[in-house]
Amino acid sequence: MAEQPWYPGEEQAPAPLRTSELVEAADKPGLMSIATPVQALEPLVPGLENGQLPQEAPAGTRYEGGEALSSGSVLRLTFGTFIENKLAIAGLLIIVLLVLFCFVGPHIYITNQKTVNPLISNYGPSPGHLLGTDGEGFDVLGRLMVAGQSSIEVGMAAGLAAAIFGTLYGAISAVIGGIVDAVMMRVVDALFSLPTLFLLILLSAIFTPNLPLMILVLTFVAWLGPARLVRGEALTLRTREYVQAVKVAGGTRARIVVRHIVPNAIGTIMVNTSFLIADAILALAALSYLGLGLPNSIPTWGGMLSNGTNVIYDGYWWQLYPAGVAIVLTVVAFNFIGDALRDSLDVRLQRR
Amino acid sequence: MTGYIFRRFLQSVIVLLLVTMIMFIMFHLLPGNPARAELGVKAQPATIAAFDKLQGLNKPVWYQFWLYLDHLAHGNLGFSYVQNSTVAQLFVEYFPKSIILVGCATIVAIGIAVPLGVMQAVRRNRVEDYVFTGASFVFYSFPTFWLGLILIEIFSINLHLVPAEVPAGTSVAQILAHWKELILPVMTLAMISIASYSRYMRSAMIDSLAQDYIRTAKAKGVSQKAVLLRHALRNSLIPMATLIGLSIPGVLSGAVITESVFNYPGVGLLFVQSALSNDFSVLLGLTLVAAVGVVVGNLVADIAYAVLDPRIRY
Repeated sequence: MAEQPWYPGEEQAPAPLRTSELVEAADKPGLMSIATPVQALEPLVPGLENGQLPQEAPAGTRYEGGEALSSGSVLRLTFGTFIENKLAIAGLLIIVLLVLFCFVGPHIYITNQKTVNPLISNYGPSPGHLLGTDGEGFDVLGRLMVAGQSSIEVGMAAGLAAAIFGTLYGAISAVIGGIVDAVMMRVVDALFSLPTLFLLILLSAIFTPNLPLMILVLTFVAWLGPARLVRGEALTLRTREYVQAVKVAGGTRARIVVRHIVPNAIGTIMVNTSFLIADAILALAALSYLGLGLPNSIPTWGGMLSNGTNVIYDGYWWQLYPAGVAIVLTVVAFNFIGDALRDSLDVRLQRR
Repeated sequence: MTGYIFRRFLQSVIVLLLVTMIMFIMFHLLPGNPARAELGVKAQPATIAAFDKLQGLNKPVWYQFWLYLDHLAHGNLGFSYVQNSTVAQLFVEYFPKSIILVGCATIVAIGIAVPLGVMQAVRRNRVEDYVFTGASFVFYSFPTFWLGLILIEIFSINLHLVPAEVPAGTSVAQILAHWKELILPVMTLAMISIASYSRYMRSAMIDSLAQDYIRTAKAKGVSQKAVLLRHALRNSLIPMATLIGLSIPGVLSGAVITESVFNYPGVGLLFVQSALSNDFSVLLGLTLVAAVGVVVGNLVADIAYAVLDPRIRY
């Protein structure tokens, strides 16, 4: 099925890296400069002499995509398209700002987030408390920062852990194949048929998680997606000549997984990871809202909203909107990055 | 076709068997031991012994699993000591209310998402398309509970358009009599689905519009409207059948949140309250039922796809 662009601006010119790359390569004393003098090369960009760095290209210039150079620059090209994608930039920028806000902010905007102070509870926004205070007298803006720390930490940790575990599971399943593969994948099917939130609530009720346990619980429901995706990729990769060659040469299965399958599936994994992080942050928020998340001593955005519900009839909007906006911003940012990565790595995958 | 359905059915049975195994393992993971977890820390040793005997916990593990399957086969999902009722009874009591909520939300979601997706496909890469694409992107990232809270804040507290409380009645008829109170929960649940359904509809429609038969129809002089509705839309609806089957787990999770936000007395609220009161037999029983629903939903979706699209041969 033809994947349609999510958003405007996907028709970018390929990154104008190639000429300069060639020049760099040619400048280095090595095989290339001996075998092929720089002057003998065809100019890649019309009107540009060899050895000369490209001038500022006029706006709207489109470079023709030529033969890809085998300079191992896939990541750099990827980076190029990624950087040109406006939404990717927006996503990255939001995340950088949020991280600064949550981790550096509390050192600048110093508030008391340790002890309850009922005397100043439910104050509206004022110069002293920019976003007012909540029912326990905590400054809402300050709490937003501290709560963001745990939300982002848990989300990222769970997303990364799920990606790593799922990748290894899927790759191993595909490489071993046969009955083991069938059993391993039916287990994934079975876990997939438990609705995520049911499983999360059940696990939270059983384990009453603290911070590390919560990461484990979120990982446990999240690794299934990458496991299926990577297995799918690995099934096609394992028939490639270079993997066959490893087998013939007596290479171990572990080597095939670590040196060939995982590096080749890295695009899919990276795209999926950013979506996993977004999902984990949403899941943590939902659990915290239901009162089944982290212990009360660790503030989270979801927990803040849960407390804000108590005063929803009093019109204390500052306890209802800021934390929600923070969640949506974070999740949108990770989704943007995932989509931009998908475009620049040309990964085809169906989301959910 | 029969062969395909049979194989697909067999696969579902295997998955369901694995699901019961997972639930059985969860039961043994309960904090302390199952008896303590179910009966509370103050349970008398005699009670615990009776519980162990009832559940066969003094027997070997394989026999316990067999007993568990036997119970399930007889419709015995466990007993809630907190609610003093069997889980099956609780389920029968709460389930119809959830079905009303989920059913209405799904109908509303399809009713809005299909025309929206068609419109976006037709007006592709124009302003309207970008606006709705952006909107669905944001809604996709919305926590369901926050959306519900915002809707309550705006429409019932500030604008007084709809009541904030939900139908409190116990019977289906009572709930339907207070249909106005259903609007907000249904909208909350529908909004999230609309975002993904309309995206899917848009790309299915774009795919259909690129087909040869559309060009043929246009060349024959069929009107724009007829091309869209009779040729493109009908073919685009086939993948939607699968999508709706596949979105069951998401909708169930959404229902848990929505019911909690609005205090709507459905299975989801029962589930959350059971989690808060450590009523594990309800949690395990309902999770199993939800999993069965998902497996059956996927099976039906796959079979429906095979039946609806005559081009598909297995």
